[in-house]
Amino acid sequence: MSVIVLVEHNEGNVKKKNFEAVQYAASIAQKTGTTVTAVVLGTLANDEMENLGKYGAQKVLHVADARLDELHARAYTSALLAAAQKEAAKIIIALHDINGRAVAPRLSAKLKAGLVAGALSYPDLDKGFVIKKAVFSGKAFAYVNITSDVKVITLMPNTFQLNKVDGKATIEKLDVSFGDKDFGIKIKEVNKIKGEIPLADAQLVVSGGRGMKGPENWGLIEDLAKELGAATACSRPVADSHWRPHHEHVGQTGGTVRPDLYIAVGISGAIQHLAGVNGSKTIVVINKDPEAPFFKAANYGVVGDALEILPRLTLAVEKFKQNHK
Amino acid sequence: MKILVCISQVPDTSTKIVLKDNNTAINNQGVTYVINPYDEWYALIRALELKEAGIAGDVHLVTVGKADTEPVIRKALALGGDEAIRIDADSNDPYETANYIAEYAKTIGYDLILCGKESIDYNNGAVGAMLAELLDADYIGFASDIQIAENTATVKREIEGGEETDISNLPLVIACQKGVAEARIPNMRGIMAARTRPLKVVTPAAVSAVTSILSYELPPAKAGIKLVSPDNMAELVELLHAEAKVI
Ligand SMILES: Cc1cc2nc3c(=O)[nH]c(=O)nc-3n(C[C@H](O)[C@H](O)[C@H](O)COP(=O)(O)OP(=O)(O)OC[C@H]3O[C@@H](n4cnc5c(N)ncnc54)[C@H](O)[C@@H]3O)c2cc1C
Ligand SMILES: Nc1ncnc2c1ncn2[C@@H]1O[C@H](COP(=O)(O)O)[C@@H](O)[C@H]1O
Repeated sequence: MSVIVLVEHNEGNVKKKNFEAVQYAASIAQKTGTTVTAVVLGTLANDEMENLGKYGAQKVLHVADARLDELHARAYTSALLAAAQKEAAKIIIALHDINGRAVAPRLSAKLKAGLVAGALSYPDLDKGFVIKKAVFSGKAFAYVNITSDVKVITLMPNTFQLNKVDGKATIEKLDVSFGDKDFGIKIKEVNKIKGEIPLADAQLVVSGGRGMKGPENWGLIEDLAKELGAATACSRPVADSHWRPHHEHVGQTGGTVRPDLYIAVGISGAIQHLAGVNGSKTIVVINKDPEAPFFKAANYGVVGDALEILPRLTLAVEKFKQNHK
Repeated sequence: MKILVCISQVPDTSTKIVLKDNNTAINNQGVTYVINPYDEWYALIRALELKEAGIAGDVHLVTVGKADTEPVIRKALALGGDEAIRIDADSNDPYETANYIAEYAKTIGYDLILCGKESIDYNNGAVGAMLAELLDADYIGFASDIQIAENTATVKREIEGGEETDISNLPLVIACQKGVAEARIPNMRGIMAARTRPLKVVTPAAVSAVTSILSYELPPAKAGIKLVSPDNMAELVELLHAEAKVI
C-alpha cells in the first residue's frame, strides 16, 4: 500500500507546485503509515526524479513513453491506474491545475473513488477523511469527507510551504500497455506565449482595471511586473475592451490566481473579480477612490492616482533590489 | 448529430453566503439562482449556434436537481434547445452527478456533450471529465473555441502558458470557458416557445455519493488594511518584504 502522486514536468523541469504535491502526499503517507510513490510520465532526467526524494518520495515509477510528454488524459489515466494497481494504492494525488483536472476526475469515475477537487488542507483522519476546499468561488470553505475506500485528491497549488529533507528516490520503470483510445486526441498545434510568466502559477501578479484609463498606460503595469518578476492580469472590462489579451482576465468568468502577492491597480473590486483572486495571500490595492470595495479585501492600500503611483512603486522596487543584492 | 448540454443551477454571482444549521448548510433564503455562467454563456450558446448552422440536430439540456431547479432549466430552454431533462436528485458529489447524467446519456447516445469549465458553487470542474470516463469518450477541458465538421471536432484549449489545438473524433465531452461563444439574452419569442418545449423528469439511476460535505466555514475577516501614503512607496515595498514576506 502506498500513496500515489502524479508528478508533472515541463521541458525537463519539475515545478515548485509539483514538489508541493509530493510533499503533501508524503505527509499523508506518514500519517497513514505508508510510503509515497511518485509517478512520472514521459521524458525526464534521472537526477530530476531522484530529487523528488527531497520532498519525501521514496520511489518513482517512471513510464518512459515520449508520447506522454504532452497531456493525453486517457493515457495518463491508464498509467496512473497501472501504478495504483502495482502499489495497491488507496490514495491518489494530483494537482488542481489544467492537467490534474483532466485526469483526476477520470480516475475517480473509474475507481468509484471520492474526489476532493482543490484541497486546501491535509485530511483530518479523526473525523473520517475530511479535507477543506474553497466553495462559492472563495466566499466559503467546505469540509468534505471522502467515504469510498479509494480516494482521489487534487491539491490547490501554492497552498503549502516547501520543506526540503534529505533523501533520494529510487527509480523503477513501469511498462504500461496503452490502447488506441488512450491517444485518440491528436494535438494539431501548440502556441506558448513566449517570455511571459503563466498567470495560473505566478507567485506575484500585477493586475490593472478600468482605472488605468487605456491600453496606452499599460507600460506602467508591465514595468512594475518586470521589476518584480510578476505576471500581469486584468479585470474583465479591460479584456472585453481589448486593452489586454483575454487570457489575462481574472475573476468569476476568467482565470483564478492564488499568488503570494496580488497588486490591483485601478480595479474597483467587484465580487465577480474577487472570486478569481481571493485565494491570494497578500493583496495590495491602488485606487483613487477611498471607498472602492477592493480596499475591504486588501492587506495594504494606497489611495491616489495609479498613473502617478505606479512609476514610484517601480522605482522603489528597483531600489529595494539594489539594496538587497 | 445530437448534443447534450449540462446545466447546473447556482447562486447568482453576487450572492452573499450565509450559513445555517450549525454551519452544516447554506441558507438559501433570499438567494437568487441562475444558470451556471459557463454553462449558459458558453456551452449552451455554442450548442445553439451549431444547431443554427445546421451542424447539430437535436440539442437537449440536462440538469440534476429537484423540482426547485425547474425555473432555471426553463430559463435555459428560453434561450433555445429542443427539450430539457431534469434528473430528479439532489447531489453535491460530482461522482454521483456525473453518474446520473451518464446513465441518462447512454439511453439516447449523444455525439457531443458540452458542459461548463466548472460550477461556481462547488468549484470542482470535475463532472465533465467524469462523464467522459463513464461514457468511454474523450474529454477536452478549458475549451475556448469549438468547430465541428463531419465527425470531427477541432477544439482550442488552454494549456499552461498558452493554447493548444486538438482534433478529436466524436463522441466527445467538452468543458467550455470564455471564447467559445458570446452571451445572449433570451427574447420574448424564445420565452414563449420554451413553454411548449418538453421538460422531462427522469428518475435517477441507483448511485451512491462517495463524498459528503460535513460543514462549511466563512473566510476570516481581513485583519484590517494598512494604508500607505502615495508618496512613500519605499515603505510599501519594505512592508511587503519584512511584514508580508512576499518579496
Ligand atoms: C456574471 C458576471 C460575471 C463577471 N465576471 C467578471 C470577472 O470574471 N472578472 C472581472 O474582473 N469582472 C467580472 N464581472 C464584472 C464586474 O462586476 C465589474 O464590473 C468589473 O470587475 C469592473 O472592472 P474594473 O474594476 O476594472 O472597472 P470599474 O468598476 O470601472 O472600476 C475602476 C476603478 O478604478 C478606479 N480608478 C479610476 N481612475 C483611477 C486612477 N487614475 N487611479 C487609480 N484608480 C482609479 C475607480 O475608483 C474604480 O474603483 C462580472 C460581472 C457579472 C455580472
Ligand atoms: N447538477 C448538475 N446538473 C447538470 N450539470 C451539472 C451539474 N453539476 C455540474 N454540472 C455540469 O458540470 C460542469 C462542471 O461542474 P462541477 O464539476 O460541479 O464544477 C458544470 O459547468 C455543468 O455543466
